[in-house]
Amino acid sequence: MDTLLKVDSLSGGYAKEMVIKDVSFQIEKGDFLGIIGPNGSGKSTLLRLMSRVLTLQKGNIILEDKDITRMNLKEFCRKVAFVPQDTLINFSFSVEEIVQMGRIPHLKRLQFETRHDFLITQNALSLTDTLYLKEKEIDTLSAGERQRVIIAKALAQEPALLFLDEPTSHLDIGHQIQILDLLKKMNRQNNLTIAMVLHDLNLASEYCNRIILLNEGRIFKEGSPKEVLTYQNIETVYKTVVVVNKNPMSSKPYVVLISGDNICPRD
Amino acid sequence: MTPVLKRKILLLFIILLLAIIWGIVKGSVNLSLTELLLKENRQILSLRFARVLLAIVAGAGLAASGIALQAILRNPLAEPYLLGTSSGAGLGAVLAIIIGVYKIYLPLAAFLGAALTIILVYSLARQGNKVPMQSLILSGVIVSIAFSGIIVFLISTSGNEALHGVMWWLWGSLQVYDFKLFFIVAAVVILGILAIFILSQDLNAISIGEEEAIHLGINTETIKKILFLITSFITASLVCICGIIGFVGLIIPHIMRLIVGPNHKILIPSACLAAAIFMVLCDMLSRTLFAPLEIPIGVITAIIGTPIFIVLLKMKQRVK
Repeated sequence: MDTLLKVDSLSGGYAKEMVIKDVSFQIEKGDFLGIIGPNGSGKSTLLRLMSRVLTLQKGNIILEDKDITRMNLKEFCRKVAFVPQDTLINFSFSVEEIVQMGRIPHLKRLQFETRHDFLITQNALSLTDTLYLKEKEIDTLSAGERQRVIIAKALAQEPALLFLDEPTSHLDIGHQIQILDLLKKMNRQNNLTIAMVLHDLNLASEYCNRIILLNEGRIFKEGSPKEVLTYQNIETVYKTVVVVNKNPMSSKPYVVLISGDNICPRD
Repeated sequence: MTPVLKRKILLLFIILLLAIIWGIVKGSVNLSLTELLLKENRQILSLRFARVLLAIVAGAGLAASGIALQAILRNPLAEPYLLGTSSGAGLGAVLAIIIGVYKIYLPLAAFLGAALTIILVYSLARQGNKVPMQSLILSGVIVSIAFSGIIVFLISTSGNEALHGVMWWLWGSLQVYDFKLFFIVAAVVILGILAIFILSQDLNAISIGEEEAIHLGINTETIKKILFLITSFITASLVCICGIIGFVGLIIPHIMRLIVGPNHKILIPSACLAAAIFMVLCDMLSRTLFAPLEIPIGVITAIIGTPIFIVLLKMKQRVK
């Protein structure tokens, strides 16, 4: 497999606090990578460093042989798109206008969208099953619809790599599966590489081919769901007792949470 | 652009042309267009024409700045004077009168007051390399309140008769006193509007979120700084020639968002047109309603603007 993004001894974070400390890993083409870890372990910070919202302090991030800090921001955004947790928009843009904004990295200033851009926008709308919403205003949609529209906008960027920061955390289980199934389809059919921060360990296990477990700004464990999601790893990092079972359908690891009352003292 | 939008913009153009003609013909003395073109009335024609032009420039400039600030602050209540331009200009003018500078330097004093206030507001809000939007709004509001207080204090304690002339500064007037100054201001404002229009795509992206814009390849911090500079120049130059004209920069962008939608590529030109029409008509009313007395134009914009806005808002709510 070819490497799409290479993170090499990366450190960075905010002015006063180095959140990510000396992290190295690679994202291969076609990966569906999950980034998990407890609150404050640096998941979102890592994603924001890789998507150039934050500037890195040490190390390198190489996207297809190019140092991302040396790339023009628009050029970078033609390759990499980002879907945040939730997007609140104060202005009544129509769904179609929002998705069309995904074409901005491909357009010059003042250039109106061409027929080609229009087709890509329509395609992104139909892939995410939001075509029927296109006349609607973004601030009238439900959370699930809105998230599909934001994903459509990211797809309209025609990226090779898509970052998502807990894209399902505000959604019910039906909508969670809907979004992740959609991403899996994009991953398989369109060869879109995906790297995503997830809170839900079982969703990560079910969908990701590779998982990175972060702890206190460092990689604690990296590998397949089976390798990473062991009860030892989870208990050490999350400091809570779990039982790891198998999902009866997919035979992927399934993490069962145990309430404090049901833990019998071992001695 | 859809045919419907094209028709709306064309319609605005036609209304503006009609408003210009109406604004020139109407006045304390009513003269027909053919009479105005006579040689002996040349003076009246050029004065009225300059006034109408200033109305257009001021309206368009205030609307474009309002739109830009609303987008970068992601706050629909932002208006061009939010960063303290108005109170700064007022204070500059009042101080100049008290010190006793020549009247021709008053616009310069107002401009300096506005510019220095914006710099003050900006540096109060700055945190390192970034300018958090919330602190910018807050420091703008606080500086404005403080300066307004000082203005009222100075006016009420000073016996200087000239200070009563400051009234027009605080409510606005489109009388053109100095043609050279008018041309300079018009040039600054028109260039500023063009620059804002060139950034309309960036404004679209920033109005859905600062980080969102970065993910679309926009250098948000740089664009924000450029836009603050442009809007400050526009409002400071306008304030020094026609005083403070409230409401236009807040309400016209809102009304046009309801009519043509929030896409800045279309919103900016159509709001500029609509604001120009609105100002030409308001100025005509300010001159003719109680002629030969002139009512400050800021009073008219507030009294007319509010009901129009409420009606449109209610109509829009019913559609939803």
